[in-house]
Amino acid sequence: MEEALLRAVLFGTPLLLAGLGALLSERGGVVNLGVEGMMALSALVAFAVGLQVHPALGVLAGMGVGSLLGLFLGVFAVSLRANQFVAGLALAALGLGASGLLGKRYEGTPLPNPLPEGMLAMLALILALGLHLLLSRTRFGLYLRSVGENPKAADLFGVSVDGVRYLALALGGGMIGLAGAYLSLAYRPSWTDGMTAGLGWVAIALVILAAWQPLRAIFGAYLFGLLFFLQFRLQGSVPIPSEAFAAMPYLLVILVLALSGRARAPKALGQPFDRGR
Amino acid sequence: MGVREALARTWYSQGRALARPMLKLENITKRFGPVVANRRITLEVAPGEVLALLGENGAGKTTLVSILYGLYAPDEGRILLQGKEVRIHSPKEAQRLGIALVPQHPELIEAHTVAENLALGLDLPPVFSRRALVRRLAKLLEGHPLGVDLEAPVARLSAGEKQRVELLRALLNRPKVLILDEPTSVLTPKEAEALFQEIRRLKGLGLSVIFISHKLDEVLAIADRIAVLRAGEKVGEVLRQEADKDLLVRLMVGRSLAPPPKVPPPRAEVVLEVEDLLVPRHGFPVQGVSFALRAGEVLGIAGVAGSGQAELLQALAGLRPFQGRVRFLGEAWPQDPARLFALGVAHIPEERSMGVVEGMSVAENLALRTYRRLAPRGLLDYRIMEKEAEALIGRYGIRTPSPRTPVRFLSGGNVQKVILARELRGGPRLLLAMHPTYGVDVGAAEEVYERILDLVRGGSAVLLVSEDLDEILSLSHRVAALYHGRFVGPISREEADRERLGRMMTEGRV
Ligand SMILES: Nc1ncnc2c1ncn2[C@@H]1O[C@H](COP(=O)(O)OP(=O)(O)OP(=O)(O)O)[C@@H](O)[C@H]1O
Ligand SMILES: [Mg+2]
Repeated sequence: MEEALLRAVLFGTPLLLAGLGALLSERGGVVNLGVEGMMALSALVAFAVGLQVHPALGVLAGMGVGSLLGLFLGVFAVSLRANQFVAGLALAALGLGASGLLGKRYEGTPLPNPLPEGMLAMLALILALGLHLLLSRTRFGLYLRSVGENPKAADLFGVSVDGVRYLALALGGGMIGLAGAYLSLAYRPSWTDGMTAGLGWVAIALVILAAWQPLRAIFGAYLFGLLFFLQFRLQGSVPIPSEAFAAMPYLLVILVLALSGRARAPKALGQPFDRGR
Repeated sequence: MGVREALARTWYSQGRALARPMLKLENITKRFGPVVANRRITLEVAPGEVLALLGENGAGKTTLVSILYGLYAPDEGRILLQGKEVRIHSPKEAQRLGIALVPQHPELIEAHTVAENLALGLDLPPVFSRRALVRRLAKLLEGHPLGVDLEAPVARLSAGEKQRVELLRALLNRPKVLILDEPTSVLTPKEAEALFQEIRRLKGLGLSVIFISHKLDEVLAIADRIAVLRAGEKVGEVLRQEADKDLLVRLMVGRSLAPPPKVPPPRAEVVLEVEDLLVPRHGFPVQGVSFALRAGEVLGIAGVAGSGQAELLQALAGLRPFQGRVRFLGEAWPQDPARLFALGVAHIPEERSMGVVEGMSVAENLALRTYRRLAPRGLLDYRIMEKEAEALIGRYGIRTPSPRTPVRFLSGGNVQKVILARELRGGPRLLLAMHPTYGVDVGAAEEVYERILDLVRGGSAVLLVSEDLDEILSLSHRVAALYHGRFVGPISREEADRERLGRMMTEGRV
């Protein structure tokens, strides 16, 4: 039982981190479908730096890569006013492809001095709380929510819509990068192609499940973590195909959405902003 | 006196330049594709002066002030603030320079509270608590005549209250130049008077104001100087002392207004029967509504903004649940907007944005009620749709480059005309109209009244909600008021005057 809870938390942590990152930009109205690719690439860079220099620096490197990729998405999704969904999907493919290609030489090398998972799990919890406070108690949070609800009004109020959105993508990218770093430096201290295993997509679902609330994301992430643990543990021992377990998180999202009914997305989610249109 | 002489009389003030203008626009030109919204416009405002901008719908007023607020870049011309040329490339920059704008249509964040919306205009500390924010705002606004409940979510406010929030936001910034784009369209006379007093007070402190309005009485009450635009050009400028209503009308629309038309007496046949209607809403429910409306009759409903007028009309238009008995032409009332329209009930909603789909074209918006007829085999026939649209565009004088132009690109008054054209065509049996001439210029308003009277003469019944008591008194056979949701009256037009109507609105007794 205790083991189940521990595994749930440790497995839920990268989900929580990546989910918070996606949540942050979504509150500002920018959908980030690139999470999976961003995680993969930052996991690789974090691992490379962690192996050659120090794991702590690896964490910073992973966060930096995540931030940069967030800004890169911003070029298309914010400045060029491209379709955010298409831009995000392209980024996901790019990140996965690039990490697979660049990571060949690290494949199979173990990290001699991995980071403690528990510490990063704590950090994720603190970040969730911090994000909650950021949204509700700070000027940036107010600007961010305003931009996500009605960018035209925010613009009239003198808020720099593009500036706020870039900052949200960079900060969110950092958290997604941290999720990647957690995977390759702590959770499974190594690099394997495809080690993100769809976590980035589940993180996007988690944002919806959490109804765009950071504190709810904590419970959502650990719940998913528990499901993954059960899937792993019960595999083969019960006559349920593992695909059914793998589909559980998604079914859960659909179920919760259907039941809660009222999860309100930021009103301007997915809409590029163009003054004078 | 003809327009030409009227114009000649304005030369005097045109030739004179202000000694030290606060703000000066020089030869501003702005094009939207083939449309020239502003053509070589030159204007000045002195410190402590109120400059009124007048002009027909689509004359280019909003475009001009949008340039000043950094929303559009001008194609030509320059802007000088206190003698220095400035480039205003964003609203943020405009705010930094001390320019504030109250836009024509309230742009607020509906999901946020009033306090959070106002906070966006303040210089906030990086970290703050909601309570401290509310306290700070409450202190700033203590006893302010335009005060609004700070903790109410904006989505729950009436149009008038939203407008007050916009005004407060602009004033909180302590601007040097305050631009008001039709600020009083949805304010009650009392609220408008409070606004004017505030403007007069701030004038004394050197504030320059650019004031756009279609209400000439207001313009004459508050302005020091009046500039008139027509089709993107400045066609005249007069000092307040030189101006009267007739001169302004001529400058704007090139003709005088006809005297208000006579409303023929109603017929015997009852169109709408309402008995003990109760409409739940946030705050006091709308209640005690009982009346019978006959064919060819206009019932005017007055009330302080947010007293339940919008909710009452929404209920009757099938958009809101209610209790009580309603019969239309002797039949039970179907609670279904589409069926109601098929039976001949038209609705002009409170907020313009509710009456149109902004991203869709003028023709599509005009066809929203009748598209089924335009798609006999399931596919829309755009040729017929656009031909019908062109007829309506001509008949209602809608100013648009083409029927295919998205409604988003139309000026405010022209959007209103699109709604009117769609709802009034086909002669509804019952018209539920809320501020039908909201933001419509005086010439076009006259035509709107004429269209409504056409309906009335043809035997349609009209429920007219308006903040404009003169509009109510000149069109209605009977008048009623809503007071905190309670229905007061109705009384006949002969028994009513401004004072009595005012009492019904603010004290709830006839
Ligand atoms: N973004 C835009 N794109 C294209 N055309 C536009 C745009 N904004 C305004 N126009 C056009 O410019 C002209 C002037 O519009 P503007 O909104 O300035 O008029 P207005 O004087 O404020 O009228 P109203 O009294 O109805 O508010 C109109 O013909 C309008 O259709
Ligand atoms: Mg306008």
